[in-house]
Amino acid sequence: MRYAMAMDTKKCVGCSDCVVACQTENNVPHGYCRDWIVENVDGTYPNLELELRSERCNHCDDTPCVRTCPTGASHIIEGGIVKVTHVECIGCGACIQACPYDARYFHPDGYVDKCTFCDHRVAKGQETACVAVCPTKCLYFGDLEDYNSPVSKVLRERKWKVNAPEAGTKPQVYFLI
Amino acid sequence: MKEELFVSGRDIPFIDPVLHIWHWQIPLYLFVGGLAAGLIFFASYFYLSGKEKEYPIAVQVAPFLAPIVIVLGLIALLLDLRHPAFFWQLYTTIRLDSPMSWGAWTLGVVMPLSVLWPLTYIYEIRAYFDGKIKLAVNIIDWIIKLKNRYWVLEWVFDFSVKNRKAIAIINLVLSIVLGVYTGILLSAFNARPLWNTSLLGPLFLVSGLSTGAATIMWMAKDHHEKITFSRIDLLLIAIELFFIVHLFMGFLASTAVQQEAAALFLGGEFTAVFWGFFVMGGLVFPAILEILELIGYKIPISIPAFFILFGGALFRFIMVEAGQITRYLY
Repeated sequence: MRYAMAMDTKKCVGCSDCVVACQTENNVPHGYCRDWIVENVDGTYPNLELELRSERCNHCDDTPCVRTCPTGASHIIEGGIVKVTHVECIGCGACIQACPYDARYFHPDGYVDKCTFCDHRVAKGQETACVAVCPTKCLYFGDLEDYNSPVSKVLRERKWKVNAPEAGTKPQVYFLI
Repeated sequence: MKEELFVSGRDIPFIDPVLHIWHWQIPLYLFVGGLAAGLIFFASYFYLSGKEKEYPIAVQVAPFLAPIVIVLGLIALLLDLRHPAFFWQLYTTIRLDSPMSWGAWTLGVVMPLSVLWPLTYIYEIRAYFDGKIKLAVNIIDWIIKLKNRYWVLEWVFDFSVKNRKAIAIINLVLSIVLGVYTGILLSAFNARPLWNTSLLGPLFLVSGLSTGAATIMWMAKDHHEKITFSRIDLLLIAIELFFIVHLFMGFLASTAVQQEAAALFLGGEFTAVFWGFFVMGGLVFPAILEILELIGYKIPISIPAFFILFGGALFRFIMVEAGQITRYLY
Protein backbone atom coordinates (compact mmCIF):
# COMPACT_ATOMS: atom_id res chain seq x y z
CA MET A 1 0.00 0.00 0.00
CA ARG A 2 1.32 3.45 -0.85
CA TYR A 3 -0.96 6.40 -0.26
CA ALA A 4 -0.40 9.42 -2.45
CA MET A 5 -2.18 12.56 -3.52
CA ALA A 6 -2.50 14.30 -6.86
CA MET A 7 -3.49 17.94 -7.21
CA ASP A 8 -4.73 19.47 -10.44
CA THR A 9 -3.09 22.90 -10.84
CA LYS A 10 -5.34 23.58 -13.85
CA LYS A 11 -8.61 23.09 -11.96
CA CYS A 12 -7.75 24.71 -8.61
CA VAL A 13 -9.26 28.16 -8.06
CA GLY A 14 -7.45 28.83 -4.78
CA CYS A 15 -10.59 28.97 -2.64
CA SER A 16 -8.80 27.59 0.47
CA ASP A 17 -11.65 25.20 1.28
CA CYS A 18 -9.10 22.40 1.73
CA VAL A 19 -7.26 24.51 4.33
CA VAL A 20 -10.38 25.26 6.35
CA ALA A 21 -11.63 21.67 6.08
CA CYS A 22 -8.31 20.41 7.47
CA GLN A 23 -8.32 22.93 10.31
CA THR A 24 -11.85 21.89 11.26
CA GLU A 25 -11.38 18.14 10.87
CA ASN A 26 -8.08 17.98 12.75
CA ASN A 27 -8.72 20.66 15.35
CA VAL A 28 -5.71 22.65 14.16
CA PRO A 29 -5.05 25.54 16.58
CA HIS A 30 -5.97 29.03 15.46
CA GLY A 31 -3.32 30.65 13.27
CA TYR A 32 -1.80 27.36 12.14
CA CYS A 33 -2.48 25.11 9.18
CA ARG A 34 -1.37 21.74 7.90
CA ASP A 35 -2.06 22.54 4.25
CA TRP A 36 -1.91 25.81 2.40
CA ILE A 37 -2.42 27.41 -1.01
CA VAL A 38 0.44 28.83 -3.05
CA GLU A 39 -0.19 31.26 -5.88
CA ASN A 40 2.70 31.24 -8.31
CA VAL A 41 2.97 33.96 -10.95
CA ASP A 42 5.57 33.51 -13.65
CA GLY A 43 6.51 35.53 -16.72
CA THR A 44 6.70 39.15 -17.92
CA TYR A 45 3.63 41.34 -18.34
CA PRO A 46 1.45 40.84 -20.34
CA ASN A 47 2.51 37.21 -20.76
CA LEU A 48 1.88 36.02 -17.22
CA GLU A 49 1.13 32.54 -16.09
CA LEU A 50 -0.62 31.75 -12.83
CA GLU A 51 -0.33 28.45 -11.07
CA LEU A 52 -2.28 27.57 -7.95
CA ARG A 53 -1.11 24.75 -5.73
CA SER A 54 -2.64 23.22 -2.65
CA GLU A 55 0.40 22.05 -0.68
CA ARG A 56 0.87 19.86 2.37
CA CYS A 57 3.29 17.28 3.77
CA ASN A 58 4.55 15.20 0.83
CA HIS A 59 4.69 11.97 2.85
CA CYS A 60 8.01 11.31 1.14
CA ASP A 61 9.51 7.91 0.40
CA ASP A 62 12.91 9.11 1.64
CA THR A 63 12.06 11.01 4.81
CA PRO A 64 14.72 13.37 6.22
CA CYS A 65 12.32 14.24 9.07
CA VAL A 66 12.10 10.64 10.28
CA ARG A 67 15.84 10.16 9.76
CA THR A 68 16.85 13.15 11.89
CA CYS A 69 14.32 12.60 14.69
CA PRO A 70 16.38 11.68 17.78
CA THR A 71 13.59 9.90 19.67
CA GLY A 72 11.65 8.07 16.97
CA ALA A 73 8.58 10.26 17.52
CA SER A 74 8.49 10.89 13.77
CA HIS A 75 7.65 7.60 12.14
CA ILE A 76 6.06 6.02 9.09
CA ILE A 77 2.87 4.01 9.35
CA GLU A 78 1.35 1.62 6.85
CA GLY A 79 0.79 3.19 3.47
CA GLY A 80 3.82 5.47 3.83
CA ILE A 81 2.04 8.08 5.96
CA VAL A 82 4.48 10.11 8.08
CA LYS A 83 3.21 10.77 11.59
CA VAL A 84 4.43 12.20 14.91
CA THR A 85 3.79 10.54 18.28
CA HIS A 86 3.08 13.51 20.54
CA VAL A 87 4.31 11.97 23.79
CA GLU A 88 7.63 10.92 22.25
CA CYS A 89 8.31 14.32 20.68
CA ILE A 90 10.70 16.51 22.70
CA GLY A 91 10.20 19.57 20.50
CA CYS A 92 13.84 19.86 19.41
CA GLY A 93 12.93 21.09 15.92
CA ALA A 94 15.27 18.74 14.03
CA CYS A 95 12.46 17.52 11.75
CA ILE A 96 11.35 21.09 11.00
CA GLN A 97 14.90 21.93 9.94
CA ALA A 98 15.08 18.73 7.90
CA CYS A 99 11.91 19.30 5.84
CA PRO A 100 12.49 21.04 2.48
CA TYR A 101 8.74 21.74 2.24
CA ASP A 102 8.29 23.51 5.60
CA ALA A 103 5.37 21.18 6.23
CA ARG A 104 5.87 20.89 9.99
CA TYR A 105 5.27 23.34 12.81
CA PHE A 106 5.40 23.54 16.58
CA HIS A 107 1.96 22.98 18.05
CA PRO A 108 1.34 25.47 20.91
CA ASP A 109 1.43 22.47 23.27
CA GLY A 110 5.10 21.90 22.37
CA TYR A 111 5.13 18.90 20.10
CA VAL A 112 5.57 18.98 16.34
CA ASP A 113 2.43 18.70 14.26
CA LYS A 114 1.79 18.06 10.57
CA CYS A 115 -0.56 16.64 7.93
CA THR A 116 -1.50 13.02 8.65
CA PHE A 117 -3.21 12.32 5.32
CA CYS A 118 -6.28 12.08 7.63
CA ASP A 119 -5.27 8.53 8.52
CA HIS A 120 -8.21 8.32 10.96
CA ARG A 121 -10.61 8.86 8.02
CA VAL A 122 -8.61 6.77 5.55
CA ALA A 123 -8.66 3.81 7.94
CA LYS A 124 -12.47 3.94 7.78
CA GLY A 125 -12.39 3.96 3.98
CA GLN A 126 -13.17 7.66 3.71
CA GLU A 127 -11.31 10.32 1.74
CA THR A 128 -9.12 12.88 3.49
CA ALA A 129 -10.97 16.02 4.64
CA CYS A 130 -9.34 18.26 2.02
CA VAL A 131 -10.23 15.91 -0.82
CA ALA A 132 -13.78 15.48 0.42
CA VAL A 133 -14.60 19.20 0.39
CA CYS A 134 -12.78 20.38 -2.74
CA PRO A 135 -15.49 22.12 -4.81
CA THR A 136 -13.61 21.81 -8.12
CA LYS A 137 -12.64 18.17 -7.45
CA CYS A 138 -9.00 19.03 -8.13
CA LEU A 139 -7.60 16.77 -5.39
CA TYR A 140 -7.17 13.02 -5.84
CA PHE A 141 -6.24 10.59 -3.10
CA GLY A 142 -5.64 6.88 -3.10
CA ASP A 143 -3.31 3.91 -3.14
CA LEU A 144 -0.60 4.05 -5.82
CA GLU A 145 -0.30 0.27 -5.78
CA ASP A 146 -3.99 -0.06 -6.65
CA TYR A 147 -4.24 0.21 -10.44
CA ASN A 148 -7.78 1.57 -10.29
CA SER A 149 -7.43 4.13 -7.49
CA PRO A 150 -8.28 7.73 -8.51
CA VAL A 151 -4.69 8.85 -7.99
CA SER A 152 -3.18 6.00 -10.07
CA LYS A 153 -5.62 6.70 -12.89
CA VAL A 154 -5.02 10.43 -13.05
CA LEU A 155 -1.23 10.04 -12.84
CA ARG A 156 -1.38 7.67 -15.82
CA GLU A 157 -3.47 10.06 -17.86
CA ARG A 158 -1.87 13.40 -17.09
CA LYS A 159 1.55 15.02 -17.01
CA TRP A 160 2.73 15.80 -13.50
CA LYS A 161 5.57 17.23 -11.44
CA VAL A 162 6.60 17.15 -7.79
CA ASN A 163 8.01 19.89 -5.55
CA ALA A 164 11.80 20.11 -5.20
CA PRO A 165 12.67 16.63 -6.54
CA GLU A 166 16.33 17.73 -6.28
CA ALA A 167 16.03 17.52 -2.48
CA GLY A 168 16.06 13.75 -2.95
CA THR A 169 13.04 13.07 -0.76
CA LYS A 170 10.87 11.29 -3.36
CA PRO A 171 7.72 13.29 -2.51
CA GLN A 172 4.32 11.62 -2.91
CA VAL A 173 2.13 14.65 -3.56
CA TYR A 174 1.91 15.04 -7.32
CA PHE A 175 0.95 18.24 -9.15
CA LEU A 176 -0.87 17.77 -12.46
CA ILE A 177 0.26 20.25 -15.10
CA MET B 1 9.40 37.74 -12.86
CA LYS B 2 8.62 34.96 -10.49
CA GLU B 3 6.37 35.71 -7.59
CA GLU B 4 5.09 33.32 -4.99
CA LEU B 5 2.28 34.13 -2.59
CA PHE B 6 0.66 32.15 0.16
CA VAL B 7 -2.95 33.09 -0.37
CA SER B 8 -4.45 30.90 2.33
CA GLY B 9 -3.18 32.90 5.29
CA ARG B 10 -0.24 30.67 6.06
CA ASP B 11 1.21 32.48 9.04
CA ILE B 12 2.80 29.83 11.19
CA PRO B 13 4.70 31.66 13.94
CA PHE B 14 8.49 31.15 13.79
CA ILE B 15 8.21 29.25 10.51
CA ASP B 16 6.93 31.78 7.97
CA PRO B 17 8.37 33.65 6.24
CA VAL B 18 11.65 31.99 7.20
CA LEU B 19 12.27 28.79 9.04
CA HIS B 20 13.85 30.43 12.02
CA ILE B 21 13.16 28.13 14.95
CA TRP B 22 16.61 27.84 16.54
CA HIS B 23 17.69 30.88 18.49
CA TRP B 24 20.69 31.54 20.77
CA GLN B 25 20.49 28.20 22.59
CA ILE B 26 21.72 25.97 19.76
CA PRO B 27 24.79 28.04 18.73
CA LEU B 28 25.75 28.54 22.39
CA TYR B 29 25.55 24.80 22.93
CA LEU B 30 27.59 24.11 19.77
CA PHE B 31 30.24 26.54 21.03
CA VAL B 32 30.58 25.09 24.52
CA GLY B 33 30.43 21.55 23.08
CA GLY B 34 33.40 22.38 20.83
CA LEU B 35 35.25 24.10 23.68
CA ALA B 36 34.74 21.13 26.01
CA ALA B 37 35.85 18.78 23.23
CA GLY B 38 39.04 20.82 22.79
CA LEU B 39 39.85 20.90 26.51
CA ILE B 40 39.22 17.18 26.97
CA PHE B 41 41.13 16.29 23.82
CA PHE B 42 44.33 18.13 24.80
CA ALA B 43 44.17 16.84 28.39
CA SER B 44 43.82 13.22 27.25
CA TYR B 45 46.33 13.54 24.43
CA PHE B 46 49.13 15.07 26.50
CA TYR B 47 48.43 12.70 29.39
CA LEU B 48 48.67 9.66 27.12
CA SER B 49 51.84 10.94 25.49
CA GLY B 50 53.40 11.24 28.95
CA LYS B 51 53.75 15.01 28.99
CA GLU B 52 51.72 15.61 32.13
CA LYS B 53 54.62 17.38 33.88
CA GLU B 54 55.47 19.43 30.80
CA TYR B 55 51.94 20.79 30.30
CA PRO B 56 50.36 20.76 33.77
CA ILE B 57 47.63 23.30 33.00
CA ALA B 58 46.41 21.44 29.91
CA VAL B 59 46.34 18.03 31.59
CA GLN B 60 45.50 18.83 35.21
CA VAL B 61 43.79 22.19 35.57
CA ALA B 62 42.00 23.34 32.42
CA PRO B 63 39.72 20.25 32.09
CA PHE B 64 37.78 21.38 35.18
CA LEU B 65 36.08 23.87 32.84
CA ALA B 66 34.73 21.07 30.61
CA PRO B 67 31.92 19.79 32.87
CA ILE B 68 30.96 23.38 33.76
CA VAL B 69 30.55 24.47 30.15
CA ILE B 70 28.85 21.18 29.19
CA VAL B 71 26.26 21.76 31.92
CA LEU B 72 25.71 25.30 30.60
CA GLY B 73 25.24 23.82 27.12
CA LEU B 74 22.80 21.21 28.40
CA ILE B 75 20.75 23.91 30.13
CA ALA B 76 20.68 25.85 26.85
CA LEU B 77 19.58 22.69 25.01
CA LEU B 78 16.81 22.05 27.49
CA LEU B 79 15.63 25.65 27.13
CA ASP B 80 15.49 25.12 23.38
CA LEU B 81 13.11 22.16 23.59
CA ARG B 82 9.42 23.02 23.15
CA HIS B 83 8.37 19.83 24.90
CA PRO B 84 11.10 19.73 27.59
CA ALA B 85 9.21 17.47 30.01
CA PHE B 86 9.74 14.67 27.49
CA PHE B 87 13.53 15.12 27.12
CA TRP B 88 14.14 11.65 28.63
CA GLN B 89 12.68 10.16 25.44
CA LEU B 90 16.18 10.79 23.99
CA TYR B 91 17.48 8.01 26.22
CA THR B 92 14.82 5.44 25.45
CA THR B 93 16.22 4.71 22.02
CA ILE B 94 19.40 4.83 19.96
CA ARG B 95 18.84 6.04 16.42
CA LEU B 96 22.05 5.84 14.44
CA ASP B 97 20.49 7.76 11.54
CA SER B 98 19.91 10.79 13.72
CA PRO B 99 23.01 12.83 14.67
CA MET B 100 21.05 14.40 17.50
CA SER B 101 20.44 10.95 18.99
CA TRP B 102 24.04 9.83 19.06
CA GLY B 103 25.03 13.33 20.14
CA ALA B 104 22.73 12.98 23.14
CA TRP B 105 24.28 9.61 23.98
CA THR B 106 27.83 10.94 23.52
CA LEU B 107 27.05 13.77 25.92
CA GLY B 108 25.52 11.26 28.33
CA VAL B 109 28.88 9.43 28.48
CA VAL B 110 31.20 12.46 28.21
CA MET B 111 29.44 14.32 31.01
CA PRO B 112 30.29 11.91 33.90
CA LEU B 113 33.79 11.24 32.51
CA SER B 114 34.46 14.97 32.25
CA VAL B 115 33.63 15.22 35.97
CA LEU B 116 35.87 12.28 36.93
CA TRP B 117 38.97 13.63 35.17
CA PRO B 118 39.33 16.95 37.07
CA LEU B 119 38.26 15.14 40.25
CA THR B 120 41.45 13.10 40.09
CA TYR B 121 43.46 16.34 39.96
CA ILE B 122 41.47 18.19 42.59
CA TYR B 123 44.55 19.09 44.68
CA GLU B 124 46.39 20.46 41.64
CA ILE B 125 43.35 22.56 40.70
CA ARG B 126 43.18 23.82 44.29
CA ALA B 127 46.84 24.80 44.12
CA TYR B 128 46.19 26.70 40.88
CA PHE B 129 43.46 28.82 42.46
CA ASP B 130 45.10 29.16 45.87
CA GLY B 131 45.59 32.81 46.71
CA LYS B 132 43.84 33.87 43.50
CA ILE B 133 40.12 33.12 43.58
CA LYS B 134 38.79 32.54 47.07
CA LEU B 135 35.37 31.27 45.96
CA ALA B 136 36.89 28.53 43.80
CA VAL B 137 39.14 27.41 46.66
CA ASN B 138 36.16 27.29 49.02
CA ILE B 139 34.14 25.19 46.58
CA ILE B 140 37.05 22.79 46.07
CA ASP B 141 37.57 22.52 49.84
CA TRP B 142 33.89 21.69 50.21
CA ILE B 143 34.16 18.95 47.54
CA ILE B 144 37.24 17.51 49.29
CA LYS B 145 35.32 17.54 52.59
CA LEU B 146 32.41 15.70 50.96
CA LYS B 147 34.82 13.16 49.50
CA ASN B 148 36.35 12.47 52.90
CA ARG B 149 32.96 12.09 54.53
CA TYR B 150 31.24 9.66 52.15
CA TRP B 151 32.93 6.38 51.27
CA VAL B 152 31.12 6.20 47.89
CA LEU B 153 32.77 9.43 46.73
CA GLU B 154 36.09 8.28 48.16
CA TRP B 155 35.77 5.06 46.21
CA VAL B 156 34.88 6.94 42.96
CA PHE B 157 37.90 9.17 43.53
CA ASP B 158 40.30 6.28 44.09
CA PHE B 159 38.82 4.36 41.18
CA SER B 160 39.30 7.33 38.83
CA VAL B 161 42.89 7.95 39.95
CA LYS B 162 43.71 4.27 39.39
CA ASN B 163 42.01 4.20 35.98
CA ARG B 164 43.26 7.54 34.66
CA LYS B 165 44.72 5.93 31.57
CA ALA B 166 41.47 4.17 30.63
CA ILE B 167 39.50 7.39 31.14
CA ALA B 168 42.02 9.28 28.99
CA ILE B 169 41.68 6.78 26.13
CA ILE B 170 37.86 6.91 26.18
CA ASN B 171 37.95 10.71 26.50
CA LEU B 172 40.32 11.06 23.55
CA VAL B 173 37.90 9.22 21.27
CA LEU B 174 34.75 10.80 22.68
CA SER B 175 36.15 14.34 22.52
CA ILE B 176 36.67 13.93 18.78
CA VAL B 177 33.17 12.48 18.39
CA LEU B 178 31.79 15.43 20.38
CA GLY B 179 33.72 17.97 18.30
CA VAL B 180 32.68 16.45 14.99
CA TYR B 181 29.11 15.98 16.18
CA THR B 182 28.59 19.72 16.70
CA GLY B 183 29.11 20.13 12.95
CA ILE B 184 27.44 16.93 11.76
CA LEU B 185 24.31 17.94 13.67
CA LEU B 186 23.86 20.76 11.18
CA SER B 187 25.15 19.03 8.06
CA ALA B 188 22.51 16.28 8.36
CA PHE B 189 19.78 18.69 7.29
CA ASN B 190 19.73 18.57 3.52
CA ALA B 191 16.79 20.98 3.47
CA ARG B 192 19.13 23.78 4.65
CA PRO B 193 21.69 24.07 1.83
CA LEU B 194 24.21 26.12 3.85
CA TRP B 195 24.54 23.33 6.42
CA ASN B 196 24.36 20.46 4.00
CA THR B 197 28.08 19.95 3.45
CA SER B 198 30.28 17.24 4.90
CA LEU B 199 33.03 19.83 5.55
CA LEU B 200 31.06 21.19 8.50
CA GLY B 201 32.07 18.24 10.74
CA PRO B 202 35.86 18.71 10.42
CA LEU B 203 35.49 22.51 10.38
CA PHE B 204 33.60 22.55 13.68
CA LEU B 205 36.05 20.04 15.17
CA VAL B 206 39.07 22.19 14.27
CA SER B 207 37.33 25.33 15.48
CA GLY B 208 36.43 23.61 18.76
CA LEU B 209 40.01 22.37 19.29
CA SER B 210 41.24 25.88 18.55
CA THR B 211 39.00 27.43 21.23
CA GLY B 212 40.19 24.72 23.65
CA ALA B 213 43.84 25.51 22.89
CA ALA B 214 43.14 29.24 23.32
CA THR B 215 41.65 28.62 26.77
CA ILE B 216 44.63 26.51 27.87
CA MET B 217 47.06 29.14 26.56
CA TRP B 218 45.14 31.82 28.47
CA MET B 219 45.29 29.83 31.73
CA ALA B 220 48.88 28.63 31.40
CA LYS B 221 51.47 30.11 33.78
CA ASP B 222 54.61 28.59 32.39
CA HIS B 223 56.12 30.24 29.29
CA HIS B 224 56.89 26.93 27.57
CA GLU B 225 53.26 25.77 27.86
CA LYS B 226 51.94 29.13 26.61
CA ILE B 227 54.21 29.01 23.57
CA THR B 228 53.34 25.39 22.74
CA PHE B 229 49.61 26.04 22.79
CA SER B 230 50.07 29.27 20.90
CA ARG B 231 51.79 27.23 18.17
CA ILE B 232 49.10 24.54 18.20
CA ASP B 233 46.50 27.26 17.92
CA LEU B 234 48.26 28.87 14.97
CA LEU B 235 48.26 25.55 13.15
CA LEU B 236 44.55 25.02 13.89
CA ILE B 237 43.70 28.54 12.66
CA ALA B 238 45.58 27.83 9.43
CA ILE B 239 43.60 24.60 8.93
CA GLU B 240 40.38 26.45 9.72
CA LEU B 241 41.09 29.13 7.11
CA PHE B 242 41.89 26.39 4.61
CA PHE B 243 38.56 24.67 5.35
CA ILE B 244 36.63 27.94 5.04
CA VAL B 245 38.07 28.60 1.59
CA HIS B 246 37.18 25.05 0.58
CA LEU B 247 33.69 25.41 2.03
CA PHE B 248 32.95 28.32 -0.28
CA MET B 249 34.69 26.69 -3.24
CA GLY B 250 32.39 23.73 -2.73
CA PHE B 251 29.29 25.89 -2.49
CA LEU B 252 30.09 27.88 -5.60
CA ALA B 253 30.71 24.71 -7.62
CA SER B 254 27.48 23.12 -6.39
CA THR B 255 23.75 23.41 -7.06
CA ALA B 256 21.75 26.64 -7.31
CA VAL B 257 20.51 26.44 -3.71
CA GLN B 258 24.06 26.13 -2.37
CA GLN B 259 25.26 28.97 -4.58
CA GLU B 260 22.48 31.08 -3.08
CA ALA B 261 23.60 30.01 0.39
CA ALA B 262 27.17 31.10 -0.38
CA ALA B 263 25.86 34.40 -1.76
CA LEU B 264 24.69 35.30 1.76
CA PHE B 265 28.39 35.48 2.66
CA LEU B 266 29.74 36.83 -0.63
CA GLY B 267 27.93 40.14 -0.84
CA GLY B 268 24.81 39.14 1.08
CA GLU B 269 23.68 40.12 4.54
CA PHE B 270 26.27 38.05 6.43
CA THR B 271 29.30 39.28 4.45
CA ALA B 272 30.49 41.93 6.92
CA VAL B 273 29.93 39.97 10.09
CA PHE B 274 31.45 36.76 8.69
CA TRP B 275 34.57 38.08 6.95
CA GLY B 276 35.04 41.18 9.11
CA PHE B 277 34.32 39.96 12.61
CA PHE B 278 34.81 36.20 12.40
CA VAL B 279 37.55 35.65 9.79
CA MET B 280 39.52 38.88 10.38
CA GLY B 281 38.68 39.51 14.07
CA GLY B 282 38.42 35.93 15.27
CA LEU B 283 41.08 34.17 13.18
CA VAL B 284 43.53 36.44 11.33
CA PHE B 285 43.94 39.13 14.01
CA PRO B 286 44.69 36.71 16.89
CA ALA B 287 46.93 34.70 14.54
CA ILE B 288 48.98 37.84 13.80
CA LEU B 289 49.24 38.61 17.52
CA GLU B 290 50.40 35.04 18.19
CA ILE B 291 53.03 35.25 15.47
CA LEU B 292 54.29 38.55 16.91
CA GLU B 293 54.40 36.92 20.34
CA LEU B 294 56.34 33.95 18.98
CA ILE B 295 58.96 36.12 17.31
CA GLY B 296 59.57 37.92 20.57
CA TYR B 297 57.18 40.87 20.96
CA LYS B 298 55.57 41.21 24.38
CA ILE B 299 51.82 40.79 23.95
CA PRO B 300 49.43 39.79 26.76
CA ILE B 301 48.28 36.29 25.81
CA SER B 302 44.74 37.08 26.97
CA ILE B 303 44.12 39.29 23.91
CA PRO B 304 44.53 36.65 21.15
CA ALA B 305 42.87 34.04 23.41
CA PHE B 306 39.83 36.26 23.91
CA PHE B 307 39.49 36.98 20.20
CA ILE B 308 39.72 33.29 19.31
CA LEU B 309 36.99 32.39 21.79
CA PHE B 310 34.88 35.30 20.57
CA GLY B 311 35.40 34.21 16.94
CA GLY B 312 34.52 30.60 17.75
CA ALA B 313 31.24 31.61 19.36
CA LEU B 314 30.42 34.12 16.62
CA PHE B 315 31.08 31.51 13.91
CA ARG B 316 28.44 29.20 15.37
CA PHE B 317 25.90 31.97 15.80
CA ILE B 318 26.39 33.03 12.17
CA MET B 319 26.16 29.49 10.80
CA VAL B 320 22.98 28.63 12.74
CA GLU B 321 21.36 31.96 11.90
CA ALA B 322 22.27 31.97 8.20
CA GLY B 323 21.55 28.29 7.68
CA GLN B 324 17.93 28.73 8.68
CA ILE B 325 17.44 31.33 5.96
CA THR B 326 18.68 29.05 3.19
CA ARG B 327 16.10 26.71 1.67
CA TYR B 328 14.89 24.94 -1.42
CA LEU B 329 12.81 27.11 -3.72
CA TYR B 330 10.31 25.53 -6.01
